[in-house]
Amino acid sequence: MSEPEQPDNETKSETQKPATGKKPPPSRERLQQSRRRWLRTALLTGGVLGAALSGYLPLVYAQKKRLRPPGALDEKDFLSSCIKCGQCVQVCPVEAIKLADLVDGFGVGTPYIDAREQACDFSCDAVQCILACPTGSLVYKKPAFLGVRKGAPLAAAPILKAKEKDPEPTLNLTERIGVARLTRPEACLAIQGKGFKGQVRGASFKGLLRYMEVDRWKPIRVSDHPYDLAECDLCVRECPVKGAISIETVFAPDGSKRKSPVVHEPCVGCGVCEMICPVEPTCIVIEAREVWNT
Amino acid sequence: MNAFLTRRFFDQIAVMFGREAKKPSAISEPAQKIHVLKRATNKERLQAAIVAHENAARVHTWRNRRWAVLLAANLLFTFSFWFDIQILEGALTASRFIGFHLIDLNSALQVMLAHKHIIVNLVIGTGTVLVLWLLLGGRSFCSWVCPYHLLAEFAEYIHLFLVKKKLVTDQNIDRRLRTLSWIVFAVLAAATGYTVFEAISPTGIVSRALIYGPGLALLWVLALLVFEVFFSRRAWCRYACPIGLTYGVVGIFSPVRIKYKLDSCFHEGDCRKVCLVPHVLDTVIKGRAVDTEVPIGPDCTRCGLCVDTCPTGSLSFDIKGISRLL
Repeated sequence: MSEPEQPDNETKSETQKPATGKKPPPSRERLQQSRRRWLRTALLTGGVLGAALSGYLPLVYAQKKRLRPPGALDEKDFLSSCIKCGQCVQVCPVEAIKLADLVDGFGVGTPYIDAREQACDFSCDAVQCILACPTGSLVYKKPAFLGVRKGAPLAAAPILKAKEKDPEPTLNLTERIGVARLTRPEACLAIQGKGFKGQVRGASFKGLLRYMEVDRWKPIRVSDHPYDLAECDLCVRECPVKGAISIETVFAPDGSKRKSPVVHEPCVGCGVCEMICPVEPTCIVIEAREVWNT
Repeated sequence: MNAFLTRRFFDQIAVMFGREAKKPSAISEPAQKIHVLKRATNKERLQAAIVAHENAARVHTWRNRRWAVLLAANLLFTFSFWFDIQILEGALTASRFIGFHLIDLNSALQVMLAHKHIIVNLVIGTGTVLVLWLLLGGRSFCSWVCPYHLLAEFAEYIHLFLVKKKLVTDQNIDRRLRTLSWIVFAVLAAATGYTVFEAISPTGIVSRALIYGPGLALLWVLALLVFEVFFSRRAWCRYACPIGLTYGVVGIFSPVRIKYKLDSCFHEGDCRKVCLVPHVLDTVIKGRAVDTEVPIGPDCTRCGLCVDTCPTGSLSFDIKGISRLL
């Protein structure tokens, strides 16, 4: 510590280079300097560590769950393996994937999907984000040593409605990222027997969706595709996965028959139903990381 | 490499991990001769030369080249995404160069320690980057690519201006802190299962901000820069960043380095004043050089500021084994 190393001492030590091997005892000033230096070192250490560990806070408060891109590992494994490079963001044709910010703590820079703003509509056909992931945070199939939560695996490879006529109609996806749930049935147009006419989500909505009858390879704005439906079935109509949701006749609590969207096991949690729901706020949402309970 | 340089080689590794640079215990015969001769130099002529150097126009050749490379590398990331030219996709933590995986060594290390599972692409990308920086000089990553380095350089100009005006002083910090922080973050990653360092790494944050747009995380970067401007010169790069140490270790084995020639040196010490890591330039202090030609140690970022500022050309870029052929 007391080595005459600071540049400003350099010249001094040159001129009064002692020939003897004995070191003079350090001056009081020198001692004070070195004590202050330790203090500063401790301060910076504390500061850096404090800032680093503050990432725990959002975890402690268990903020709202993020919907991760398809193929994401379970949250804990996802956070430990994601290298925060954003390659999944770059390959997504509808730009559904965004990167989390400071408020996500350790999750800063990790990808998530805000389904209401832009859902994953699988218009890439091949789950490109999984292909792009360099660290295995997004995987087609989990490595054997990672546990699989009950209800998370899909019973069968999901059939993409858009690819139904292709020789290989399925998506390479083994687990769901969430499950759709009708959270506000009282506002649902289908349940009320109402239709829908016009632009879903208004003219300013920027969300994209692939419409096979328009262009298989170029998703267009939802606002550029107005609807005229006698009975609203948008969540069923636009769901990209075959058999994931349908309009069924159900019994209401008062015993009367009515129509209602019903979610089925093939639901992968992509969020198109949440994006396309014309009611504000949405009647159907994706419960991120939820599993299928029978 | 003779015995004096070999001893210095290992000495400089210890210095990189935080030990103070010490006077050499033994100096080679030819170097000894030059040291003796230098004492007999005409002091007035030397003084005149030093004054002439102080009044000479500043040279920024290497700095400008380096900034151009740094900006080009980072903008290539940005443009690859913005204009979908797909040359360099991803961010500095991990990317693909025309399809080839590139993964930052420190980020890879954090992920491997936290996740405890390594997939093939991760190995390929990390290996590629390891070979790349072995060839290019280890910490040259810091000065030639890291976007935080550039921001910190601007902050350093402000800091030095304030120091000149006597408004602030540079509070130096124990360099062993960086080794400690490397260990602490490695242990934290392994123990908590979160890539804790990645959450605060200004390199990652700035890189992502350049590509995917700014976010609140830049506030942390700003706080670091404020600390560097008002309290401690280049504090993050000098005393805290584990990425620098990781690439420093790679630099131990790299053939690209700065070479010091003793005979022409003025010992006026300007190189140490501009240097991010002046402890690697202890050899330029009068009487310290162990040989007539001394390669600079692994903690050197190969930024070339010393090469630009040296009035006598005593410091120059050197590629071990190849420079002689050229």
